[in-house]
Amino acid sequence: MSWRRKDVARRMKRGFTILAIVTAVLLSFGLYEALIAAPTERTMGDVQRIFYYHVPSAWTAFLLFLINFVGSIVYLIRRDEKSDILALVSAEVGVVFCTVVLVTGPIWARPVWGIWWTWDLRLTLTLVLWLIYVSYLTLRRFSTSSQTPMLAAVLAVFGALDIPLVYFSIWFFRTQHPSPVIGNGGSLDPRMAHVLLINWAAFLCLAWLMCWTRYRLEVLKREVEEEQALESILEGTR
Amino acid sequence: MNSMHYLYAAYIATWAIHGVYLTILVRKYSQIRREMERLKK
Repeated sequence: MSWRRKDVARRMKRGFTILAIVTAVLLSFGLYEALIAAPTERTMGDVQRIFYYHVPSAWTAFLLFLINFVGSIVYLIRRDEKSDILALVSAEVGVVFCTVVLVTGPIWARPVWGIWWTWDLRLTLTLVLWLIYVSYLTLRRFSTSSQTPMLAAVLAVFGALDIPLVYFSIWFFRTQHPSPVIGNGGSLDPRMAHVLLINWAAFLCLAWLMCWTRYRLEVLKREVEEEQALESILEGTR
Repeated sequence: MNSMHYLYAAYIATWAIHGVYLTILVRKYSQIRREMERLKK
C-alpha cells in the first residue's frame, strides 16, 4: 500500500470513529429529549412521543431513496461502479428506515385511531414504496445477469416516482393520516419541533454511518469476488 | 394496554430493527475479512 493510500485509510478510520461518537451522543440526547424533555401532547398523551421516531425515520427514508434515484440516474448515464454501489447502499438503508416507519405507524395508530392499519392513501403508498425497494434489493440479490445493475437502476428510477406521491398525498388528498406538522400549515409547538429536529439529525448520522459501513462492505465483497474468480481460473489452468 | 406500553413498544421496535441490521452488517464484514485472509494465503 502506498504512503498516500495509507494516509487516506487512516483519515477515513478517524472520520468513522468521530461520526460513530457523534451519532451515539445525538441518539442518546434525542432519546432523552423525546421521552423526558418534550412536552406531553394534550389530546394523545404520551403515545404522541412515537412521532419523534416515526417522522424522522420517514424523512431519512425519503432522502435515502432520493440518493438511490440520483445514483441510478448517474449509473445509467456513465455506467460508473461507484454510483451503482451508492444506489444499492442507499436503497438498503432506506428500506431499514422505511420498515421503522411501517412498524411505528400502526403502533401509534392502535391507541389513537383504534385500529392498527387502514387502507388510507398515504399508508398504502408508503407500503407500496417499501415493496418497490424490497423488490429492487431482491432483484440485486438473486439475479446473476451482468445486466442486473442496469435493470435495477431502471426499476429505481420508476420506483422513485412514488416518493413525491407519498410525501404530497396528505397535501392534495383527504386522508386519515395527520396533516403536515412543519412548514406551511404546520402548527407544531416550537419545543416539539426542536426535539423532532434533534432526532432527525441523530437518524441522519445513523443512516450515514450505516451507508458508510455498507459501502465499504460492498467494495470489499466485489474485491473478494474478483479474487475468487481469478483463483478459479488459475485452478482451471493447472 | 396503556399508552406508555405502545410508546415503549414503538421505541423498542425501532432499536430492534436497527440492531438486527447492524448485526447483519458486522457479521457480513467479518465473513468477508475471513475470506480475504484465506485468499491472501
